[in-house]
Amino acid sequence: MKRNFIRYLGVGLLLTSAALAPLVIYPVFLMKALCFALFACAFNLLLGYTGLLSFGHAAFFSTAAYVTGYLVKQQAFTPGIGILSGTLAAAALGLIVGNLVVRRQGIYFAMITLALSQLVYFLYLEASFTGGEDGLQAIPRGRLFWVINLENDRTLYYVVLAIFLFGVLLIRRTIRSPFGQVLKAIRENEARAVSLGYDVNRYKILAFVISAALSGLAGATKAIVFSFVTLTDADWHTSGEVVLMSLLGGMGSVYGPIVGAFSITALENELSDKVGSFVTVIIGVIFVVCVLVFRRGIVGETAALYRRLVGSESTRAASAGKAAGSEQS
Amino acid sequence: MTTIFGLPLTALLGQLMVGLVNGCFYALLSLGLSIIFGMLDIVNFAHGAFYMLGAVLTWFALTEFGLGYWWALLLVPLVLAALGVAVERGLLRWLYRIDPIYGLLLTFGLALILEGMLRSKYGVSGLPYSIPGTFQGALNLGFMFLPKYRAWGVLGSLLVSLTTWLVIEKTRLGAYLRAATENPALVRAFGINVPVMITITYAVGVGLAGLAGVLAAPATQISPLMGANLIIVVFAVVVIGGMGSILGSIVTGLSLGLIEGLTKVFYPPASSTVVFFIMAVVLLVRPAGLFGKEK
Repeated sequence: MKRNFIRYLGVGLLLTSAALAPLVIYPVFLMKALCFALFACAFNLLLGYTGLLSFGHAAFFSTAAYVTGYLVKQQAFTPGIGILSGTLAAAALGLIVGNLVVRRQGIYFAMITLALSQLVYFLYLEASFTGGEDGLQAIPRGRLFWVINLENDRTLYYVVLAIFLFGVLLIRRTIRSPFGQVLKAIRENEARAVSLGYDVNRYKILAFVISAALSGLAGATKAIVFSFVTLTDADWHTSGEVVLMSLLGGMGSVYGPIVGAFSITALENELSDKVGSFVTVIIGVIFVVCVLVFRRGIVGETAALYRRLVGSESTRAASAGKAAGSEQS
Repeated sequence: MTTIFGLPLTALLGQLMVGLVNGCFYALLSLGLSIIFGMLDIVNFAHGAFYMLGAVLTWFALTEFGLGYWWALLLVPLVLAALGVAVERGLLRWLYRIDPIYGLLLTFGLALILEGMLRSKYGVSGLPYSIPGTFQGALNLGFMFLPKYRAWGVLGSLLVSLTTWLVIEKTRLGAYLRAATENPALVRAFGINVPVMITITYAVGVGLAGLAGVLAAPATQISPLMGANLIIVVFAVVVIGGMGSILGSIVTGLSLGLIEGLTKVFYPPASSTVVFFIMAVVLLVRPAGLFGKEK
């Protein structure tokens, strides 16, 4: 009863501050962070909940961004239909890549996704509709549903926030569904899941498609927010960045990647003018430190610390915490 | 002039030669990846960065210390092997008991650190390194001109690859290594120091990457970005060949280099993607890879 109250209070506070944030913080930065947060959450559905490390998620992110950008700019689609088409394109690509990649197990998964996303990168470099090295510039934001004018940063912010909440709630729902339980079973012990009669590959492919589609949603939204798409979105550095966001925030929870995405976006915003390309070194150091001493990420380590402190006071809380811990790890 | 498929023979052979040189680098790198993966269960993402470091150090040795190509060929792989020892002892050692994903992530971070440091120091434009005196000029084979340095690149890396293969397949040390890859606990019980062998394996793998870097220095543009793009192709090569067999990785590397060269002649836009397409086809037809066996 009391726990629930605190929970609702927390969610209410978060939503209120999200609604008021653009009054204090530059809205374009917030929108960028939200897009990457959704991207990281979608990615983490695979890494954190299915145990599959994809090193090629930039392919889906950029595919949706390019499709949306092209349709809105060259074919005069409205942004809503544009984003929807981009998301569908990413899902379709996810279906193709997913079918290829489940053919190998373990660490090969990472190498194959990376290689296939590099293939996508080179295709976009050569293709004409992507604008090659120049990318797509001056994509009009337009009007959502022909009414809402997205040229205004604050209006757009609330639209992006709504998209983000939709995506995250969908991921949360997926994880808590029976389908999500099977994904966790695959992560914990794939052979066991097979012996229980689950067609593991179909589950993996479906998880891959959902993850690709939501990554696409994030990329498509980013294309509208920034009005441009470049090859950077398809680059393997982008794939690496989203891995880092999940790792830093904590891949054991739904919300960890959000924390990671905000931290990394803020860090890059702060540092890129000051240290230039040295920012890659800092990102690399964070990677190494996370892997060596901080594997549960910000959210995971904080939760563990909290449980230790509370656990010493009452044994009941400790056992509840343990249950939550086994849920998370 | 002799022509084949409407192309001058010399152009075709020239591109094939370039492809063969690239194929040798693929072979050397995927060889190193394979032996490291066999022993440590870690996919060494930093392999491309070590290759790049090998090339940059070759340039550095000449411009800062006046040490020429031959010194670099001897010293740079040793320096990189020492770096490999430090990385294995200092960092990778902590990851052997956990999911192999973390090994990949850590070496990825390492690659970013190396690439970023050299990039902020030297920028992304190429550093010049001229071909050593012995290998300047070309041999006239009658039907084509063979640049001497390319011939050396191919010969040198084939020699190194085959030596590595012989050491692993035919010597006592190699036998220990193969045994420790199969069952480290049992090999330890026989009184063989497996942790030291793991360190040596990683150092040799990194040294091989450095050697490939030295060989590449006069033949390509030396730039901090040269490793990152190469390592992704090498990953595809490894997926195609499978990491189980050493001779397999050499053969796969060479043939993919040749195919890439041919693509450059017949349909240039696809030359950067052809290896990835082949990987997709191999995954469809023979998921375990051409020489691999699925665990």
